[in-house]
Amino acid sequence: MKKRDLPHADLSIVLSGEAGQGLQTLEQLMLKVFKQAGYHVFSYSEFMSRIRGGNNSTQIRIASRNVQSYRRRIDIFVPLHAGALERFKNRITHETVILGDKSVFDSEYIDHGFPIVDIPVSEMARNVGGEVYVNVILVGIFAALFAIDFELVEERVRSMFASAGDERLQKNIHAARVGYDRGTHLLKAGQVFPVIPRTEDAAKWHLLNGVDAISFGSLAGGCTFVSSYPMSPSTNVLVFLAGCSQELGVVVEQAEDEISAVNMAMGSWYAGGRALVTTSGGGYALMVEGMSLAGCIESPLVIHLGQRPGPATGLPTRTEQADLEHVLYSGHGEFARLILAPGTVEEGLHLTRHAFYMADKYQIPVIILTDQYYLESNHCVKDLKIPKALQERFIIQTDNTYKRYRLTDSGISPRGIPGFGEGLVCVDSDEHDEQGHITEDFDMRTAMVNKRLKKIKTMEKDSIPATLKGSPDSRYLVVGWGSTRTVVEEALDALDRSDISFLHFAQVYPLHQGSLDIIRRARKRIIIENNATAQFEKLIRIATGIYFDEQILQYDGMPFMLEDVMERLDALPKEDR
Amino acid sequence: MASIFELEHTMDIAWCPGCGNYRILEALKGALADLDLKPESVVMVSGIGQAAKTPHYLRVNFFNGLHGRSLPVATAVKASNPSLTVIAESGDGCMYGEGGNHFIHAIRRNPDITVIVHNNMVYGLTKGQASPTSMRGFTTPVQVDGVCADPFNPLAIAIAMNATFVARAFAGDTEQTRDIMKKAISCRGFALIDIFQPCVSFNRINTYQWYKENTYYFPDSYDPSDRSAAFSEAIRTDKYPLGILYEATGRPVFNECHPAYEHDSRPLFQRTGEHQKIENLLEGKR
Repeated sequence: MKKRDLPHADLSIVLSGEAGQGLQTLEQLMLKVFKQAGYHVFSYSEFMSRIRGGNNSTQIRIASRNVQSYRRRIDIFVPLHAGALERFKNRITHETVILGDKSVFDSEYIDHGFPIVDIPVSEMARNVGGEVYVNVILVGIFAALFAIDFELVEERVRSMFASAGDERLQKNIHAARVGYDRGTHLLKAGQVFPVIPRTEDAAKWHLLNGVDAISFGSLAGGCTFVSSYPMSPSTNVLVFLAGCSQELGVVVEQAEDEISAVNMAMGSWYAGGRALVTTSGGGYALMVEGMSLAGCIESPLVIHLGQRPGPATGLPTRTEQADLEHVLYSGHGEFARLILAPGTVEEGLHLTRHAFYMADKYQIPVIILTDQYYLESNHCVKDLKIPKALQERFIIQTDNTYKRYRLTDSGISPRGIPGFGEGLVCVDSDEHDEQGHITEDFDMRTAMVNKRLKKIKTMEKDSIPATLKGSPDSRYLVVGWGSTRTVVEEALDALDRSDISFLHFAQVYPLHQGSLDIIRRARKRIIIENNATAQFEKLIRIATGIYFDEQILQYDGMPFMLEDVMERLDALPKEDR
Repeated sequence: MASIFELEHTMDIAWCPGCGNYRILEALKGALADLDLKPESVVMVSGIGQAAKTPHYLRVNFFNGLHGRSLPVATAVKASNPSLTVIAESGDGCMYGEGGNHFIHAIRRNPDITVIVHNNMVYGLTKGQASPTSMRGFTTPVQVDGVCADPFNPLAIAIAMNATFVARAFAGDTEQTRDIMKKAISCRGFALIDIFQPCVSFNRINTYQWYKENTYYFPDSYDPSDRSAAFSEAIRTDKYPLGILYEATGRPVFNECHPAYEHDSRPLFQRTGEHQKIENLLEGKR
């Protein structure tokens, strides 16, 4: 571990185990202990679609500055079962330290001089009380190797196992101690890792992932109703909000199917709730008629879609950005919609809150597009605040002259709800008149289509511009959306390439006109997307007629790795030829 | 006597002359007026089909949504504002065919809603195909050799699942239908009224006359709390029972057993967010 390829101190640890071995517990404890000690941390978990066995892994990055992307490099590899190394053979180098129980190391690593730290963690765990304690022992070992106070480890173990019962809690603390002593012993024996300078502030930052972003964003947006059907990778948002149901008064219902979920959500909005649906591409496919209903009855609707690779069931636990066209074109007929795709946790919180605002204000369906990588990545976030003004509300108290679809210049008719005022609130999926009654009058039809589409223009004033990193006049403009933001930004920070700028769209539809001008002015354009057909590039082409000069695409089910993006960007010629 | 549920303006009603729907509409307006409900506090939810147009023909709030999807909407309306009286009304194709899954799960949840199903054993609006309740052998332009599946039995299903209120009415008997509707709307929990409704345009088998000859009302001695007896009545096919087949007691109502209403009885639109509590939750993520 001599050569550093990033301008800051940074260490990548990969923990690799079978499903059911408690990798998540290990990940959470490691993150909290290191963060509390003053390190910036990042983690990403990739896992198979199974409950037991197979091989899952978590990458944990420990750094002296905020990092938010997945890396190829592995400095320390911890295999928790036989065969774990095999899956990572392309990423393990002679600089990778393999740490753990030698009995699960493949012989080629032992025989070919890879740096090995043999610790009989299984035996140590059995002595504590069972294999399950391997995880906490490892946390103890790492804490000692990085000279983190044991008190800090104990505090975190106590908080994690507080509800597990006293006996289990005591055994876990004991396990941490056993690991810590072993780590101290190793340290004294000369087992050292590169020094990562600690920071003063990381401990005070929040440790959040994409699930937190969408969940807190929903709460900040005044969400009072959630109806969903479980589907990876979106389910954890449902789980999070269900956990707040009683405390925050949010009705959370697991629907019998996605069709029910989306229709329930609209029933709730109609009656004064602020409803969220969380799903993935396949579940959303079932909701498509509901999208069209939202368009016709002008119902607010917020749908969070955590993307995973398709078609059909695809790779259920993996990541991809291939549902943009799905959400863009879903629903029969013509109507306004808004599609948002956050790139960071902070952006996700604010955009989800914004989604509720926009859905309510313009009475349109809003889709928040995330993906498994975004949702399952944890990192430190500074000074996150829930905006005080939780949400502006747009419902009105009706009088007896109320017409739900009153024709207005803006296309927006004031929205009443039943039981709040003297008016009647009538909504119809058939074409309707101002009152909400079925009509087949052609003039009224034209007026209602115009009214619904007028909102696209009205919405422009709330359009979110893309974020530009670098100069608008640089030689290369990289364009991305959603979860690619952090990896491209970190790659550009690491490269000495002032001739490359990055334009990130968090509002992917409708496209912000001023941001399109940056693309129009660019000299060489590169699109980066986690899909096979460059769907966002196509969308930009429809708006501008522009073909990009280069595509950086990946669709193996994994997120971009920092090194891959750095290589691709650094390969762009520096001089005009 | 014109009730407050009568439309103030004339409306071109899309039903055929002689359709059983007219009498169901009359019964409903009468039942709502008898119960002294206010139009502003009544929400009707419907799907698609001729029966689903009913809410357009009286003075109430309504959500005329997608085919088959009235029950998720109705469940959510009631769960979002429990002070509303919620009635879902649609046809047999909408409720039992396209919406069959929702029908089952709505009974499981037991929201305090009334579900009125116009059961004419045929698809009217799409011009005469079989419905889930069409009898075996019923011929149509699609089922050319006759329906080769047994009809869906909504009453037996509802009783099997311990639905709170299960009744059948006949559109030809406006007064009895109105009376059943009043009881259904007044009961707390999921109330189903399956209404035999003659389709004068597309069902030449199950006519007014046929229903009269093939149905019977329960005697006063009938005990709707006896679930086994109710089930036996529900599966009869020689003659079809009319009236309240079954009433369950003691089932919790959906929104009342929900954690969101445990400490707060306000409808959702009156909840304005809990900024400090959300901040506290976020604080736990440091």
